[in-house]
Amino acid sequence: MPWRSPLALLRDAVRGIGERQKDLRVLVSNLPYSELDAGGRPNRFFPGNAYTPLLFLPVNLYEQFHRWANVYFVGLAVLNFVPVVNAFQPEVALIPICVILALTALKDGWEDFQRYKSDRKVNGTPCLVYRRPDKRFVASRWMDVKVGDFVSMGSNEIVPADLLLLHTSDPHGVCLIETSNLDGETNLKQRRVVSNLGSPTSEFDPENFHCLVVCERPNNNLNHFKCYVEKPDKEKVGVGIESLLLRGCKVRNTEHVVGFVVYAGRETKSMLNNSGPRYKRSRLERALNRDVLFCVVLLFAMCLVGAVGHFIWLSSLPSIPPYLVPDSQGYLESPSLSAFYMFFTMIILLQVLIPISLYVSIELVKIAQVFFITNDVDLYDEDCDGRVQCRALNITEDLGQVEYVFSDKTGTLTENKMVFRRCTVMGTEYAHKENAIRLAVIDEPDSDEEVLFHQRPRQGRQPGWTLDLEESGSEAAQPPRAGGHRSKVAGCAEGDVAFSSPLEKEVVPDKALLQQIVKIDYSSGKRMVDPYLDFFLALAICNTVVVSTATAQRQRVSQLPGASLSSGPLDTLSSLAKKVGSLRQTLASWQPMSRRGSLASEGSAADDESDKTSDRDRGAGAPKGPRPAGRSDELLFEAESPDEAALVYAAKAYGFTLLARTPASVTVRLPRGETLVLEVLDTLSFDANRKRMSVLVRHPVTRQLVLYTKGADYTIMELLGTPYAEQLKGNQKSVAANCQTHVDQYAKEGLRTLCFTKKLVSEKEYSDWSTLRREAMAAMDNREEFIRDSAVHLERDLTLLGATGIEDRLQESVPDTIVALREAGIQVWVLTGDKPETAVNIAYACRLLDEGDMVINMSSKDKLTCTSMLDCTLEAVRRYPRGPNGMVTDPTIALVIDGRTLGMVLESDLQAHFVELAQRCRSVLCCRVTPLQKSAVVKVIRDRLKVMTLAIGDGANDVNMIQAADVGIGISGQEGMQAVMASDFAICRFKHLRKLLLVHGHWCYTRLANMIVYFFYKNVAYVNLLFWYQFFCGFSGTAMIDYWLLIFFNLFYTSIPPIMFGIMDRDVSAETLLGLPELYRTGQGTGEYKASFFWVSILDAFYQSLVCFFIPYWTYQGSDIDVFTFGTPLNTVSLFTILLHLSIEIKAWTVVHLVVILGSVMVFFLTILAYNAFCVTCNPPSNPYWILQNQMADPTFHLVCLLTTVAALLPRYTFHVLRNTIDPSPLVRARKLERLDADVRQQWIEEWRSMRGGGAGGGGGGGGGGGGGGDAVGGGESGRSASPVHILDPSPFPPSRSDTHV
Amino acid sequence: MSKEVGTENRPDNTAFTQQRLPAWQPMLSAGIVIPGFVLIGLAFIGIGVALFVTSRNIQVLERDYTGVERDSFCYGCSDLKVKNCKCNLNFTLDKLFEGPVFFYYGLSNYFQNYRQYGNSKDANQLSGDKEYFTEPDESCAPYERVGDVPIAPCGALPNSMFNDTFKLYQMVNGTRVEVPFDGKGISWWTDYNIKYRNPPGTPLSKAFEGTTNPPFWPRPAYELDTTDPSNNGFINQDFLVWMRRAALPDFRKLYRRITEGEYAKGLPAGKYTLVIGYNYPVRAFNGKKKVVFSNVSWMGGKNKFLGIAYLVIGSMCVVMSIVMLIVYAKFKFPDEE
Repeated sequence: MPWRSPLALLRDAVRGIGERQKDLRVLVSNLPYSELDAGGRPNRFFPGNAYTPLLFLPVNLYEQFHRWANVYFVGLAVLNFVPVVNAFQPEVALIPICVILALTALKDGWEDFQRYKSDRKVNGTPCLVYRRPDKRFVASRWMDVKVGDFVSMGSNEIVPADLLLLHTSDPHGVCLIETSNLDGETNLKQRRVVSNLGSPTSEFDPENFHCLVVCERPNNNLNHFKCYVEKPDKEKVGVGIESLLLRGCKVRNTEHVVGFVVYAGRETKSMLNNSGPRYKRSRLERALNRDVLFCVVLLFAMCLVGAVGHFIWLSSLPSIPPYLVPDSQGYLESPSLSAFYMFFTMIILLQVLIPISLYVSIELVKIAQVFFITNDVDLYDEDCDGRVQCRALNITEDLGQVEYVFSDKTGTLTENKMVFRRCTVMGTEYAHKENAIRLAVIDEPDSDEEVLFHQRPRQGRQPGWTLDLEESGSEAAQPPRAGGHRSKVAGCAEGDVAFSSPLEKEVVPDKALLQQIVKIDYSSGKRMVDPYLDFFLALAICNTVVVSTATAQRQRVSQLPGASLSSGPLDTLSSLAKKVGSLRQTLASWQPMSRRGSLASEGSAADDESDKTSDRDRGAGAPKGPRPAGRSDELLFEAESPDEAALVYAAKAYGFTLLARTPASVTVRLPRGETLVLEVLDTLSFDANRKRMSVLVRHPVTRQLVLYTKGADYTIMELLGTPYAEQLKGNQKSVAANCQTHVDQYAKEGLRTLCFTKKLVSEKEYSDWSTLRREAMAAMDNREEFIRDSAVHLERDLTLLGATGIEDRLQESVPDTIVALREAGIQVWVLTGDKPETAVNIAYACRLLDEGDMVINMSSKDKLTCTSMLDCTLEAVRRYPRGPNGMVTDPTIALVIDGRTLGMVLESDLQAHFVELAQRCRSVLCCRVTPLQKSAVVKVIRDRLKVMTLAIGDGANDVNMIQAADVGIGISGQEGMQAVMASDFAICRFKHLRKLLLVHGHWCYTRLANMIVYFFYKNVAYVNLLFWYQFFCGFSGTAMIDYWLLIFFNLFYTSIPPIMFGIMDRDVSAETLLGLPELYRTGQGTGEYKASFFWVSILDAFYQSLVCFFIPYWTYQGSDIDVFTFGTPLNTVSLFTILLHLSIEIKAWTVVHLVVILGSVMVFFLTILAYNAFCVTCNPPSNPYWILQNQMADPTFHLVCLLTTVAALLPRYTFHVLRNTIDPSPLVRARKLERLDADVRQQWIEEWRSMRGGGAGGGGGGGGGGGGGGDAVGGGESGRSASPVHILDPSPFPPSRSDTHV
Repeated sequence: MSKEVGTENRPDNTAFTQQRLPAWQPMLSAGIVIPGFVLIGLAFIGIGVALFVTSRNIQVLERDYTGVERDSFCYGCSDLKVKNCKCNLNFTLDKLFEGPVFFYYGLSNYFQNYRQYGNSKDANQLSGDKEYFTEPDESCAPYERVGDVPIAPCGALPNSMFNDTFKLYQMVNGTRVEVPFDGKGISWWTDYNIKYRNPPGTPLSKAFEGTTNPPFWPRPAYELDTTDPSNNGFINQDFLVWMRRAALPDFRKLYRRITEGEYAKGLPAGKYTLVIGYNYPVRAFNGKKKVVFSNVSWMGGKNKFLGIAYLVIGSMCVVMSIVMLIVYAKFKFPDEE
């Protein structure tokens, strides 16, 4: 969040009116002015205000002084320059703040340098810019591109700035781009030349461009762009995002493109979107600030004691003793004035109590923690070749405290790889049993396949190729496994091509449906209006799928811009390798398909003929295809949404192959081989409000205008008008009813449903509508609304064709992860836009719901029923006993609530009740929620319950939720990068959440919490030594330790061990943490960083400081020891105590620990010995010449050190031992477990896990809630669920299930 | 195989980055630490006994001579008005006071560790740097100069130097025999040889030319010891002892050692008289003055505390180990078998 000063806000408010007019920006071509050098904004990342090496220091210092902690310390240092109060030499007091500022500056400088390096690389990327003197496009660099320039690009080049597309080599004025650099979407998107700017085919000459481009101010919305081009004849042409090439996109499949720069450099949409890492404050840090505040209070109290003590001491003196030094005039200050000064002196003396070095240490520790998280091999995903990204650098420890997880469903729990499962056409259901079997087979193999996959890369490419051929031979023997294996490998092989794994491509046609098509094909006279034909046509064309062929196959986009521009030998090699891969993949996808076709025909001889037909159809398709390339199977369908691709593949399986799509037409090959070119008159694209999309085409044969619409069943069903074609009058009514029944059934099975309709549009209707449409398109304000309205205008009186059910498969190990999270005491909520039935089924499948759960279904139409329902339910639920974190554990309760009801219960009057109810539920499922509701739910829970919330999602609709939660996690998956951009952490798969939370979260949290507590302890323990001494020096602010050592003690001698402790301590191993998720509970709530923990540590610090002071005090009492000789054992003892205290806290000693701790002691002695050997007259008053040497020759010194250290640590050590023995925490028990023999431990964990996991049958079977309106049912008998099993309990509850559902 | 799809982002699989460094995980539970506790306890008890015995064998003779009380032998001297007051401390030794005997003077309630007091000196001047003879450091203020003449040594710390004098006599057959005091080597070797240096120039008085003595001093620095010319200026032993500020307000400082002649073996039994030249005022701060005769062991002067503390902590460890034994027996873990 950029911070804005109130002044700036005020200024903006005053200027508001003027600013609004400036919302528009008028641009003209630079060319007429190019001699004047009046160019527009340059295209650099950091125009002007970059950190130059010279400016770095002042700028950085300025930024650092925005932190109040730094200001405080500089204030202290300044205070030290005031003679009456100074405690140290003024210069000495500057050391700590300087070291801290320097460290921070170093860190910032390094980050800036990295940024600078990457900027320079980007800025220097070559591109072609039109220059008037040369009358052509001249090679230039990105940084030289200015607003108003004309840029030319070829295929596969990266767009250097936001360009208005003016010309392409494509005759239709279309250009394809890939936006994966921007949003991760790998499908091709179509951009059009700004229309009506002269004929698109003629050669474009920038010098003839005399239009005025009026566009909105730069903003970060990647999906919107408002602009119009005013031609010299004052005609305005509206331009939207469809004509804008965004910086960072890649031009594809288009030879040549010319664009006009509208935004450059920082103003480009992609740059405005990239806000860089975000800074959030973790909960631990907030707690930390509270304790820092306590330290301030403590400091003031101690200073006050010092001041008052000084006053009393001075007042009690009968007259002036020789050791009181008068001022230069020979007068002594009055006791009260001295006491007043003494207060400030004490602040300086005891300043270390406020741990500034703590803030720096925390930052260092977090950097290291982020390093370890991002380097975890287990969080690396092969498919997307990505590790976990930590985008917010400073909330790592929040991962260890999560209590509520809010998850999106699609793309998060599921693959978002859609597979066509079944369909219903004209009220008849086609179950696609073979298809289901195929999918089930793919589900099955898991472990052995993994092994295979991992082994492969090790073999050389050539051998791999031949080996594969052999394998396919052997695989024929066991088709089921082979199929699964193939899909997986091939899926990995072409991770760069979206939605095209064989899993999605292969659809085994339903025989009955196939027969239906074949029959109609041959028998029907008016074949072009057959409903089945229409259904599949709709499937094939009612979408925005772009077809690309293998010849134009895209390269994987390299992450580095410009890398693809160089085409070295390496490039060629890799592309060659890719070809081999694609060839293999083709082979892989082709073989099993035909094989399975024959398999099916064996199984059911009855449909032999049709089956053959289908085989013939598909087989024949290839040679007969219109493309000379011949292999129709190499068609790749690239869709914006995976559903679309799945449907197109499904249509293809039935012979309706989408061959090409241009803005004006679609080409479809029909089952018998003829191609049909339909003229596309308009595409009414999908939006979230309408929840449907339509394509308006002109049928080439009948010349009729046909509108194909597809959409969610509930929106479509309302729009149904006249029933379908005349010949079906008999059963017209039942079509809709049957279809609805089927759709509901699909939803219950967890399928995503889409309804397809058709509408014949009369010419008149169309011409009326098209004027409306054109007006809407040209509108500048509220254009989206106008366009939506125009779409709604046409989409009515639809005729239902049928519906499809698409399966969105669960991601790998989602059930395991959810079970683990739950055992970790985390409540998992799923928020989805899907129907309740679908959601409930997915929930069973991913074990969010168990058979034993009591499912409460909340769905009501009005507020009144909603209120009473909520109250009744709550009343019922309150009767059950609650577990430790407020959850009802026996029986476990699950809540299913729909969007409308959710909206009602989130209103302020019902909120409290809802939250109370939700708190008692083990899992909550919110269906049909909007993005805004998602974030509202998160906010309500977070604020009401004061719990740590985590939101995880992958799509743009999850962005709100991700931002609202304490921890936002984005899944970089199929749906673009918006979620990742908004997130704090980005992972590739849902299953990674498990290790991220259970292991890294736990570690980060415990490490940091322990380190912080230790830091406080350390400072209090050390500073108190000085404080106790004040009682024996007349509260005069004397330090008995050399000032340098005093400062260095905190800065050098005892700072690295705790940092290392914060980075590397490992209380329990990763395996155990994953094996016993309930260990995670130790971090929840306030976790280890409890107030009591803090206070115990502070008390211990007081005790230790007393011991460390008074044992030497009594030892040397009455002797002739001098001040700094007395301070030496105190300092030494403190070092030992503090380091050994840490050693008690360290749970796992590695070489690093040993080196750091021993190193610290060594450095301490060596530097002090050296210092004491050379400092003869330096640093008065201590002049510590030969002091340590002297002391080390004295046996008393050693005796004192030994005794004091042992006495100081004895209580803590004993406390730890006794607690670990009498009442060990779960963590300690887990550590004990780790000490067991590896096999025994593994066996133990396995045993425990198998007992717990036994209850999970995979779910899916039992249906969920009834879904009717206004029924709240608290239901059923309880089933014992796996209640928290205590570790070390030899007999966990046997898994029991009872088939209870509402 | 299409590995070019890329594993370039795959993190290194090393023990360090995967946080799998071999580690030793000590478990602090009763069963394991009992032996340790017993061991430490016994060792400490041993050390404690040794210290205690050593400390017990040290003889100490301490006498207060502040003279505020009416019955005190120095009564009257504590009045500042009386100049050159002398008082006699008579004591009898029943047995030999084993040598070498260290003779200390002690002050109580004297805050040599007072901050401004400790700062009030000029280390460079004291190291013999001539520059600082004309321009003493301002930390010496207000004992920087008298009028325009700089003070050497400047500052409150040298200025307030202890100036009582002591002479010890043994009464042998009714006559007073002076017990020889050894004033050499009572300060730190490094102080005498390295840290403190007289300014260059002979005679010493010439080196101190242009400076004046601290206001409380009756004589200039180069006349501190009239008997021994090499014991003057900044390397006067008494001065060095004084300059090493005491850490605590009740302290003693070494005045002389008795190492010579027949007294090298110690002070024989008999009657002694200590003649005290009472100069140093202590009533201004409710202070006390005392003299101490003591002999020393390997561990320094008499100190009962350390021995007792070792014994206490040692026994606590032993007790703790017994407690833990009980605890261990009661709360033993099944997996520890």
